[in-house]
Amino acid sequence: MITKRIIPCLDVKNGRVVKGVKFQGLSDVSSPVELAEYYSENGADELVFYDITASFEERKLFTDILTEVASRIFIPLTVGGGINTLEDFDRVLKCGADKVSVNSGAIKNPFLIKEAAMKYGDQCVVLSADIKRKDGEFRVFAKGGREDTGMEAISWIKKCVSLGAGEVVVNSIDTDGVKKGFDIEMLKAVNDAVKVPVIASGGAGCADDFVKLFKEIPDIDAGLAASVFHFGEIKISQLKSQLRKNGIEVRI
Amino acid sequence: MMIAIIDYGVGNLFSLNASLKKIGVWAKVTSDFDEIRAADRLILPGVGAFADAAEKLRLNGLDALIKKEVSNGKEILGICLGMQLLFEESYEYGTHKGLGLLKGRIVPMEGKIPSDLKIPHIGWNSLNIKKNCPLLRKTKDGDYVYFVHSFFAEDADESLAATTMYGIEMTAAVQKDNVAGCQFHPEKSGEAGLDILEAFCRKEGEK
Repeated sequence: MITKRIIPCLDVKNGRVVKGVKFQGLSDVSSPVELAEYYSENGADELVFYDITASFEERKLFTDILTEVASRIFIPLTVGGGINTLEDFDRVLKCGADKVSVNSGAIKNPFLIKEAAMKYGDQCVVLSADIKRKDGEFRVFAKGGREDTGMEAISWIKKCVSLGAGEVVVNSIDTDGVKKGFDIEMLKAVNDAVKVPVIASGGAGCADDFVKLFKEIPDIDAGLAASVFHFGEIKISQLKSQLRKNGIEVRI
Repeated sequence: MMIAIIDYGVGNLFSLNASLKKIGVWAKVTSDFDEIRAADRLILPGVGAFADAAEKLRLNGLDALIKKEVSNGKEILGICLGMQLLFEESYEYGTHKGLGLLKGRIVPMEGKIPSDLKIPHIGWNSLNIKKNCPLLRKTKDGDYVYFVHSFFAEDADESLAATTMYGIEMTAAVQKDNVAGCQFHPEKSGEAGLDILEAFCRKEGEK
């Protein structure tokens, strides 16, 4: 049986892992390489690295770290942050990324998804969408959740999938950092609309939140979280035993 | 001992190369005929479309070289699309000839698996071992490995070594004599994957 995936997300800035609450107030957590190895050895099914740097020098530091991680751990790695061109895809794939996640880059130029899918395959292109409720609809936000694009989220995601996005990460800005559970309503709406794997993000505070996610949306594929893993509030091994006890298939 | 990872412009070889380093095996990513002839074992990787990959192998004559080396007894491991290329033919958007080193054919999941299942089959799934073979000598029944594919090998029969369940029972690993393959990515399957690479790269007791 195919298993539900548990995915820690590492936001990397200046060579360190950071995580903010509602995208603000960043605090240094740990070394990306050490944290990645720890997660790999303790049951993470996949890792996501977000490059939240701006300058060229810092970007080089990020790809050096990525190369180091990809040389030491052997589970799928997704890289996102600052992916605006095919050259950006190339840059991170050469350093050992398996999948590349696009967000603002796709909003600026949706055709990037198609170009990348044609060159590297659908399985390589992950659409990441930051979504917030506004004026009675789900709305896509850009620039790390700061800018309202005015686009309705479900139609945006369907369009990206038809262009070749092979997976979708749905990050609910409404629940992100609140630790009161995933945004079931939003996730269900997206999961019902597309046939590609959907990864839930934003809001996990405890193991029960993951149980609830997979019980209420049985065919959602994965749950992603950051700070609750980094600060040890949820241990992945314990989370997985609890999921298995609840009849949810996981890799242990 | 040297492993040649055959480079024909398909897929990302970083992780495969790194995982062989991790298990202490000397591997070389190459398309050079002499290096491929000199290698002790071959790995045929691959991601993408069958027709395009088969064409790339043919264009530079690598298909004939691989067949010759394998008929001389050299061991080969195909990974993902590389495994599919070992079979006779594929029905991925048309009919395309493979290397024909194994009996069977590559067919789409679409229409063969329950319609509520997502395609591609992406994620960690468990192996059901079907026969004892060198490739799986370190693998336990139920080990989880990482899959990403939309097509699978049907009627692998005599080479079938392990299956996985995704609506239906699907070919996951194959071995017949010196020809082996995995549909999943051993280089992305944690310890279970490294065990399989190790089993291919070193015979029991070999250094």
